[in-house]
Amino acid sequence: MSLQILAVDDSRTIRDMLNLTLNQAGFTPHLADDGVHGIEVLEDMSPPPDAIITDINMPRMDGFGFIEAVRKIEKFRAVPILVLTTESAAELKQRARNAGATGWIVKPFEPKKLVRALQMVTG
Amino acid sequence: MMDEDDPMAEIRASFFVECEELLEALQDGLQIMDDGEADDETINIVFRAVHSIKGGAGAFGLEDLVRFAHQFESVLDGVRSGTIEADRNAISVFFQSGDILGDLVRAARDDDVADDSRIQGVMSSLTAMLGADAQEEETEEEVSDFQPMGLSLDLGLDIGDNDAPALPDLPDLDTTPPPATTAVFEDGYTIHFLPDSSLYASGNEPLHLLRLLREMGDLDVTCDTSALPSLSALDEEKSYLSWTIHLTTDEDEDAVRDVFDFVADLCTLTITGPGKPGPGLPPTDAPSSPSTTNEGATADVSFNPPQDSDISPEASVALKPDDVADVKTAPAPVTSSAPAKKPAPSASKSTKPRPTVRVDLERIDRLVNLVGELVINQAMISQSVMETGLQTNSKVSEGLDEFMQLTRDIQDSVMMIRAQPVKSLFQRMSRIVREASSMVGKSVRLKTEGDATEVDKTVIERLADPLTHMIRNAVDHGIETPQDRIAAGKPEEGIVTLSAGHRSGRVIVEISDDGAGINRDRVLQIAIEKGLVPENAQLSDSEIDNLLFMPGFSTASEVSDLSGRGVGMDVVKSAILALGGRVTIQSNPGKGTVFTISLPLTLAVLDGMVIDVSDQTLVVPLSTITETLTLMGPDIRALGPQTNVIKVRDSFVPLLDLGFELGFRSPLESYVGSIALLIAQEDGNHAALVVDSIQDQRQVVIKGLQDTFGRVPGVAAATILGDGKIALILDPVDVVANADGRTRSLKSDLRLAG
Repeated sequence: MSLQILAVDDSRTIRDMLNLTLNQAGFTPHLADDGVHGIEVLEDMSPPPDAIITDINMPRMDGFGFIEAVRKIEKFRAVPILVLTTESAAELKQRARNAGATGWIVKPFEPKKLVRALQMVTG
Repeated sequence: MMDEDDPMAEIRASFFVECEELLEALQDGLQIMDDGEADDETINIVFRAVHSIKGGAGAFGLEDLVRFAHQFESVLDGVRSGTIEADRNAISVFFQSGDILGDLVRAARDDDVADDSRIQGVMSSLTAMLGADAQEEETEEEVSDFQPMGLSLDLGLDIGDNDAPALPDLPDLDTTPPPATTAVFEDGYTIHFLPDSSLYASGNEPLHLLRLLREMGDLDVTCDTSALPSLSALDEEKSYLSWTIHLTTDEDEDAVRDVFDFVADLCTLTITGPGKPGPGLPPTDAPSSPSTTNEGATADVSFNPPQDSDISPEASVALKPDDVADVKTAPAPVTSSAPAKKPAPSASKSTKPRPTVRVDLERIDRLVNLVGELVINQAMISQSVMETGLQTNSKVSEGLDEFMQLTRDIQDSVMMIRAQPVKSLFQRMSRIVREASSMVGKSVRLKTEGDATEVDKTVIERLADPLTHMIRNAVDHGIETPQDRIAAGKPEEGIVTLSAGHRSGRVIVEISDDGAGINRDRVLQIAIEKGLVPENAQLSDSEIDNLLFMPGFSTASEVSDLSGRGVGMDVVKSAILALGGRVTIQSNPGKGTVFTISLPLTLAVLDGMVIDVSDQTLVVPLSTITETLTLMGPDIRALGPQTNVIKVRDSFVPLLDLGFELGFRSPLESYVGSIALLIAQEDGNHAALVVDSIQDQRQVVIKGLQDTFGRVPGVAAATILGDGKIALILDPVDVVANADGRTRSLKSDLRLAG
C-alpha cells in the first residue's frame, strides 16, 4: 500500500500542489484546510498516516496547535510531522520543534525535496 | 484524477482565483480595522491573506508579488505583535498595499506589468513603517534562510537528558570515553551522532538518517551500545545509543549536514571532513548514563540497529516532571516543556470557507438553457392536459401540479448557481473611491451595505462599468470640497454609500452621497445652453434631475481627470437598461443624491406581460411598463393624422398603436375603449402603446434572437409560451424611439420577423 500522507494547509493552491506532488510520488494524499479540520481527518484515518505535513499560519487552529494536539493523541505520538512554512526563522523552527515537529520544509517547496523529506522521515 | 494536460497550469489558474478570494478577505479585514472594530483575529485574517498570497506566489516564482507581499506581511506581522500601530494613516497605506497586491496578482495572471512607480511609493511607506529595528530583524531572517539551523556543538549542554537522574538504581557510573574512531580515514567524512531522547519524541528515527547517508555513498557504521543499561534498568524513552559513521561520498559537507538538518538540535553531532581524522567525541559527551553491559560495547551494525525497536519513536512524548526540572540548565530543546505552556489556539470564529466546486460557466449556461426548455415543456403539457378537460383533482392534474412545483424549484436553484454576492463588485468600488477622492483632494469614505446580496454573474459583470462611473461622479460632483463641507456644517469626510438588497423579486442597488445634491439651476442652465430643452421650459425638479441622463449632457464645468472621460450618465443609463434594469435619481439639496438601480434577478427569465395585438401574442417586459390604462374618449386628443396624444393626469403623452408600429395593421379609426400600456422612456418621458388585450403576467424564458437574426429593432428577444407558440419579447422603449423617427423600412423587417 502506498504511503498515506495527511497534508494540512489553508491555502487551496498549496493544497493542490501538495496533492499533485504526493500523487505523482505515488503517495496517497489526505487533505485538510486547517488544524481543526486536520484533527478531524486524522481521527477518521485508520491506520494512522505514515506522515503529516502541516502549514503554520492557519485559521481556527494553527500548525503549532495542531502538532501539539496530534502529539497528545496516543496513536499519533510517533507519526512524523513535517512543517511546511515560509518562515525560516530559527525561532519559529524551534517553536515547531517544541510542539513536536519532526522536520520542516521551507515554502515554496521543491517537489523533489518534499518527497525526499517524506522518504527520510518514513524510512 | 489529475488533469493530464498540465496540472501545474491548472493549479496556477486556481491560485489566481484563490488570490481574488484572499484579496477580498483582506479588504474585508482592512475595512473592519478602518471601522475601528478589529480584534486580534481580524488582524490575523488580514495577515494570513497576505501570507497565503505570498506562499502561492513563491511556488510559481512570481518574484515581484513575493517581494511586495513579504514587505506587507512584515508590517502586518508588526501590527499583530503590537510593534506597529495600525492608525488611520497605517490603514490607509494598507488599503493601498491591498490595491497594489491586487494589481500585482492580476499583472502576474495576465503576464502584464504592474505600475512600478506606484508600487515603489507604497513599498517605501511600508518600509518606513517597519523602521530601523525591524530592518535589522529582516536581515537576520534572511541570513537564517541560508543557515537553517545552528548546529549545537556545545556538547555539555546537550546531554541534559542523558545524565538525568532517572536511573537511580544503577550500580556504577562508567565514564569511559566512547569508542571513538578506531581508524583514521584518508577520505570521506567521519560523523559522530549521539541522539537526544527528544529526537525520538519528535518522530525522527536514526535508521532513516543512516539510510539517507547510505544513498550518498559507501558507509561504515559503528553503533556504540556502551551506554545501554540492563533490560530491567532500561528507560524506554531514553536515548542510549550513539553512532560513528564513516561516509565516502562525492557530496560536499553541506549535503552531509543536510541529512541531519531536522535533528541538528536534537543530537550531538560532529562531522569531520575528508582527510582529517575524526576527533572522536569529547569526554563530556560520554554517555554518563550508567552501563552494566559494557563489554563488547562496540558492535558493527549494518543499517538495522537491533535496538531500533526498543527505542522506537513510539517511546516518548512527555518526559517525567523531574526531567523537565533538570532541563533548566540545558537550553537544548525538550519536547515536553512546550505543550504545557502554550494553550491550544481557540477554535472559535470559524472562518473556514464552505466547500466549493468550480464549474465552467458554459456548462452552467447549458443547464440554465435546458431547464428553460423544461419549464416551457412543462407548461405545454399542463396546457394540453387542461384542454382534455380532466378534472383538477384527477391524479394526472395533481401529478402535474407537483411536476410544475418541482420544475420551478429546479429553475430557481439553477439560477442560484449563476448568482454571486455583489461583494467583490463593491470592493472594487472602494478602491475607486480611494483613488478618485485622492485625485480631487477630497476626503471620502465608502460604506457598503448588503454586499451578501446575490445577483446573476453576468449582471454583476456588466454592472461594474456603470457603477464605477456613478461612484466617480458621486466623489467628483456629489461630495463637496472639504472647505465647503465645513462651511455647511458637515463633517469634513464625505460618505458615499453603496447598498444592495432584494425588493419584490428585483435587485436594488443604491448609490448615495451626503453631498450638496444636484444644483438644479445649473443643470437646467446647461441643458438650455446645449439645446437639450427649450429656453423657457418649465420643468419639475425630478425632470431637471433626469436631464443628467440625457445624451450629450455633462455637468462638469471643468472637465476633471475623473468623470470627464467622455462617458456621460446617458451611457450609464443605457447600460443598465440593457440589463433589463432601471435607474432613478433622487436629490435633496444640501443633503445629497441617491441613484437607485433596479435590476432583474437573472437575465435568463423575465417578468413579462403577455398581450395580444392584431392576433399576435407578444411579451412586454414588466419593468418597462409604468401603468396600464383603458382609454376614455375625452382623454384622447388628435394632434394630426395618425398622431394622437392622451391625457394622463396632468400631462399629455403620445399615443402609439403597437399594431401599426409593428406593421401588423393600419391605424384604427378610434382608440376609445382600447387598452394602453404606459411606457417609461429613457429621458423620463412617457408614451402609451395601444394593445388589443392583456392575457397574463408571467415569467418567460428568454431566447436570444441575436445569433440568428441579428438585432431586430423593437424586439428584444423571443420566448416560447405554454401553448408552444413563439412570442416575441418587445423592447417597447425602442419601439417608441423608432416611432419618433418613423422609419418605414424597419417595419417591413419586423413583418418578416414576426
